[in-house]
Amino acid sequence: MTTPEHKRFDRLPASDAERDNPKQATRVEVLEWWETRFGIPPATFKEYTFWEKGTGKVWLLHGEVPSPCPIEALGLHCLRTRQEHWKPTTNAVQRFGQAATRNRIHLDLRQAKVFVEGQDVEIEWDGDWGYLIATTDIADRSVVLGVGLYTYGELKSQIPKGRRVAIE
Amino acid sequence: MDVLARYEPLVDDYAAFRAACDQPLPHLVRVNTIKADRGSVLAALEESGVRWEPVPWNDHLLEFETDSPGLTWPYFLGWIHGQEAVSALPGTVLDPDPGTRVWDACAAPGSKASHLAQLMADEGLLVANDDNLGRLAPLRTNLDRLGVTCAAVTNQDARYYSLQPFGFEAFDAALVDAPCSGEGTIRKNPDALDDWSPGFLDSIAGVQTGILRRAIQATRQGGAVVYSTCTFAPEENEAVLDRVLETEPCRLVDIEVPIDTDPGITEWDGQTFDETVERARRIWPHRNDTGGFFVAKFEVIE
Repeated sequence: MTTPEHKRFDRLPASDAERDNPKQATRVEVLEWWETRFGIPPATFKEYTFWEKGTGKVWLLHGEVPSPCPIEALGLHCLRTRQEHWKPTTNAVQRFGQAATRNRIHLDLRQAKVFVEGQDVEIEWDGDWGYLIATTDIADRSVVLGVGLYTYGELKSQIPKGRRVAIE
Repeated sequence: MDVLARYEPLVDDYAAFRAACDQPLPHLVRVNTIKADRGSVLAALEESGVRWEPVPWNDHLLEFETDSPGLTWPYFLGWIHGQEAVSALPGTVLDPDPGTRVWDACAAPGSKASHLAQLMADEGLLVANDDNLGRLAPLRTNLDRLGVTCAAVTNQDARYYSLQPFGFEAFDAALVDAPCSGEGTIRKNPDALDDWSPGFLDSIAGVQTGILRRAIQATRQGGAVVYSTCTFAPEENEAVLDRVLETEPCRLVDIEVPIDTDPGITEWDGQTFDETVERARRIWPHRNDTGGFFVAKFEVIE
């Protein structure tokens, strides 16, 4: 008996040549996307394997297991590829977004507190619209807070409900 | 029934033991070295005006002088995780190497699992299992917030665990932080003993023995298995070790624990146990201002 797709992890095909399902992203596409969108070098993910559970939910694992793998969770959910614009997760950008050189928007501490409460921030930005990596400075160090969606002068916080917090 | 009175013959200073059990626990957090180092956490706390104290025996633990560590920047960023002092012992004792295959048989809600992942430098394969589907959500939330990328989460009955999804025969190491009567959590949950009964001890000891047996069987020769509980009851501690020593290819090894502990006991309630159960450690709340705990380490032989 085979496990239904939404209950198993399938390793992403390495490249287009190995792809059977046209809806599935490839490893090459995922690495190119992180580099193109955020300037994160592909070498960052050299030791990681990429997996899909359900349609367009991509996970990354620091290690290897056989594919398909019928389990509950595998590594870190890092990306949604179902829509035209791919969307990175809060947890993935907190873990890997430090290396981002593009589409990285700086918030001051007051804006950062609003952002992590899940509220939108009015802010000037003359770069690309779409999903940005939001940062702030904590103790003189730039740290990644999460993902924001920039449109019309506003950064919409994408911090998931369970991660939102009112910093004291 | 006064459950804790059973332990009067085992404790050096019974009055101090009972007094400690009535005190709330200090608020401790562990620095999550997967996402931050101690220096960054301390700098962020200082900037926010959050006061803390070091924990002398573990550099990665900090005692907070706030009731709400969850409302700080380091918590939001996944740089710290609230973790009671004794809860950091199983990871410290197992001390898994980076790149190895490790099984956490009863992993939810993930404090010990995420500690194992950081000791593995987030590299290898940490299989974090729990049989309770409802507890997988907090387990996954914690692993995600802490940025763990080397973990696989499974939902099986640990007593009959199958490694089939992973295509290998045995783990290099395993942790059985067993479901237990929770007597040692009395400082955190004042009603922890409300449902206590001798019948419950019998049935939970059967589960504990079953999980520990499976962990020994699922670990390679020469590998380590740590058994821990947060209870004082010898029925759930030394008696479980004794039964497993009798049937499984394993031996107990001496462990170094950086706090003040007592050896496991070899006699209880008319029963005698294998002498080597003395190599286990009992942690009493009054000796180090912690919760109560029990920890033992096996080596798998042949």
